Amino acid sequence: MSEVAIRINTPEELESLRDKVISARDPDATVVSVCTGPGCLAYKSHLVAENIEAELEKHGLADKVRVSRTGCHGFCERGPSVVILPRQTCYLRVKPEDAEEIVKTTLVEGGVVERLLYEGSDGVKIELEQEIPFYKHQDKVVFGVNKYIDPMQMDDYLAGGGYRALAKALTKMTPKEVTEEVTKSGLRGRGGAGFPTGRKWDATSRVEADQRYVIVNADEGDPGAYMDRGILEGNPHSVIEGLMIAGYAVGSTEGYIYVRQEYPLAIDHVLYAIDVLRGMGLLGENILGSGFDFDIKVHKGAGAFVSGESSALMSAIEGRVGEPRPKYIRTSVSGLRGKPSSLNNVETMANVPLIIDRGADWYAAMGTEGSKGTKIFSLVGKVLNTGLVEVPMGTTLKQIVFDIGGGMRGGKKFKGVQTGGPSGGVIPEAQLDLPVDFDQLASAGSMMGSGGMIIMDEDTCMVDVARYFLDFLADESCGKCVPCREGIRQLVVVLKRITAGEGREGDIALVEDIAEMMKDSALCGLGQSAPNPVLSTLKYFRDEYIAHIEEERCPAGVCKPLIAYWIDPDKCIGCQKCAKECPVDAISGEKKEPHTIDMEKCTKCDTCFRVCPTKVQAVTKITRAEAEKLGAPRQVEEAGA
Amino acid sequence: MSDTVTFTIDGKEVSADKGTSLLMAARSLGIDIPTLCHHDELADFGACRLCIVEIDKGGWKKIVTSCLYPVEDGLSVETESEKVIRHRRTILELLRARWSEMPRELIEKYQVPEDRMETESTFCVMCGLCVRHCSERKGANVLGFVGRGTERQVVAHEEPALKYCRDCAAENGMECLAVCPTGVVVNDFALSPPHMTPKGTKARPVRARDNENQEEVNKLIGD
Ligand SMILES: Cc1cc2nc3c(=O)[nH]c(=O)nc-3n(C[C@H](O)[C@H](O)[C@H](O)COP(=O)(O)O)c2cc1C
Ligand code: SF4
Ligand code: FES
Ligand code: FES
Repeated sequence: MSEVAIRINTPEELESLRDKVISARDPDATVVSVCTGPGCLAYKSHLVAENIEAELEKHGLADKVRVSRTGCHGFCERGPSVVILPRQTCYLRVKPEDAEEIVKTTLVEGGVVERLLYEGSDGVKIELEQEIPFYKHQDKVVFGVNKYIDPMQMDDYLAGGGYRALAKALTKMTPKEVTEEVTKSGLRGRGGAGFPTGRKWDATSRVEADQRYVIVNADEGDPGAYMDRGILEGNPHSVIEGLMIAGYAVGSTEGYIYVRQEYPLAIDHVLYAIDVLRGMGLLGENILGSGFDFDIKVHKGAGAFVSGESSALMSAIEGRVGEPRPKYIRTSVSGLRGKPSSLNNVETMANVPLIIDRGADWYAAMGTEGSKGTKIFSLVGKVLNTGLVEVPMGTTLKQIVFDIGGGMRGGKKFKGVQTGGPSGGVIPEAQLDLPVDFDQLASAGSMMGSGGMIIMDEDTCMVDVARYFLDFLADESCGKCVPCREGIRQLVVVLKRITAGEGREGDIALVEDIAEMMKDSALCGLGQSAPNPVLSTLKYFRDEYIAHIEEERCPAGVCKPLIAYWIDPDKCIGCQKCAKECPVDAISGEKKEPHTIDMEKCTKCDTCFRVCPTKVQAVTKITRAEAEKLGAPRQVEEAGA
Repeated sequence: MSDTVTFTIDGKEVSADKGTSLLMAARSLGIDIPTLCHHDELADFGACRLCIVEIDKGGWKKIVTSCLYPVEDGLSVETESEKVIRHRRTILELLRARWSEMPRELIEKYQVPEDRMETESTFCVMCGLCVRHCSERKGANVLGFVGRGTERQVVAHEEPALKYCRDCAAENGMECLAVCPTGVVVNDFALSPPHMTPKGTKARPVRARDNENQEEVNKLIGD
């Protein structure tokens, strides 16, 4: 380990340490950046790194080429990702056994391993990372440095200008000036609500108190989102530096990082970083000789969705149950232990050093009128390219889905995108040109939320989507207040009933009554936003609800009780594939003769539909009414909770 | 800074001490706001949301719970706006689905629709009155919540229960039962002598009074 164990007492000493780190490094030296983020690690990228090191050793290159184990590169879907720096050759889906060829071909001979390059749907291969469409259309201001940083190497962060912003804030700016700079930058909280960060700090700093707290929210309870994890695991110092600057700005000497315990690697990296900083005197008393004292505690949270809510999170740090507090007083005024407390999201914090270092004007030049800077999204679902994506605020949904995401999988049609996590809303195709920022998403009936983006195709039933998210939220509600606990329960009952084909007249009105009431009356943000999936799908896909209720028809062919499988005798060639694969032997027919499905036996597992040759497509999904005309028994699924 | 604030409730001008809740201010004017989880002698909890009112703060309107919202200068409060009535009706409808014997009065006043929701009476509506009474006023902390969402339950914890419940019940007739709006809380630990409770039980859910335990309950509450 090259970690410096010397104490840094002044900004000058910090700069001379930085110079030393930089000059000890040859800028042209080759570095193999191996992603060891969560996605790639699952495909054994740690073995990729080990094997590359062993091969380098074999070729006598161990001193010349460094292997760096970094956080997430972004393109997780094609991981493990290996980028050869500085030439930027990007290898994807790398297996441990590819190490030999990578070292020999690229690092010894200077060539390229063609088969590991990105290949577009047009068959064209691309060598350089920044030219791959997924990366080309991004603007990775916060997340781009991940590939240059080994989170366990302080040197990597220092070499990139680390803690320069802190030194500037502590020695050249007053706390008020720091807050004003952040206010001027237009930075808004990335944790969901988009509250102006500078204004929150200002409010906290104005309250008379003997202690104030600054806290990082790394609860990341949205199951599909992992950008905060990507930042904290990959670049913990950026969050810590942001937190320290926040501490200085609001007049706090004690910071907290609340991390869900499901992120053990993030916790390890943060704890290690804090240790190093304490050893260097960058945490503790009189930091950089400025008179500013500050230290950080890490709190491991139980990781419930509701624990991410500000008052619940602070209760949890206090050692009480992580439930929202029913108080009409901002946590910035009375938060942790009743002291003024400023809570910010991981990504918000990671933006802060950049703003202080490069200035508010630089920052405010990115984004839209009301939302400045960039935003990291976790792009998942039915798009070709999934992963973590960073774009300037105001980038349209179309650009994200089609330019970066590469369009829809399997040539299907885009239907909608759920933004904002489980309690966000669905935005339909007609709004693909929507510039994505806090206000536009809100006015479209959704929200920025955590930055989750789930892309859905034409085979998605929107009533079923609403049911799915409400079902998730039913388990996540803390259960304290009636609107949320009982409201979600009844919404799930009604949505299950509708997707089971048992919807009743008046169900839509009932859903709307409950949803509108929850929005206004639930105690915390969870209950207030929980109806979003229902309200947004009702707004844009009301006809689907009506088709389920009035016509007993699921237009997307998803809701099992409303569809049946039928083999078109005119198309069936009698290949027997489906008959062999059907797990319940519901299909019969002689070879080369049309087959039939016994609808009474059929469990609607979809197997025949999938195995029927694409050229034939004899297996068809039909509606309940059509099936009944063909003599199928009426299948009534148990509706209810 | 003065210690009183002036504002209006349903058009009437009121002055109240800082820190007073909208609910208390309204009550002092004789304006009735329905509540369930509020108790004058217990800390407010904000769980039932029955006490919602609509405030107007310089043109910015918002639904808030009156039991918790502190009075503010210049506020204009409506206790029965169209929205308040509509939402309160839905809240009552949700509550009745859990509490089939909810008093008719409110159902009739707010014209709560019948038969729209799936009813499964658990009786306990999680108002937390018994829990707060036991901890705030008795300092016993026998009762508490466990579980999330619809799994949430009020339970009695064995250790403090064995220590406090029988004496408390003998002395005052099981006060937690008296504060329960639905008449649910039967704490088995208080009912059965210690040797009767199954070994190893650390916490047991409170349950509804039934034929079996009614007599014993009556004895305890001194009926
Ligand atoms: C149910 C619920 C869950 C939340 N979960 C998170 C979370 O996981 N991470 C987060 O940063 N903010 C979360 N928030 C938002 C926080 O309450 C808070 O607004 C945010 O952390 C403030 O930071 P910011 O201003 O930087 O966005 C959640 C809010 C609610 C209501
Ligand atoms: S809205 Fe839901 S999560 Fe929030 S306090 Fe109420 S029950 Fe708990
Ligand atoms: S985890 Fe490796 S690219 Fe995201
Ligand atoms: S009385 Fe106010 S929330 Fe229950």
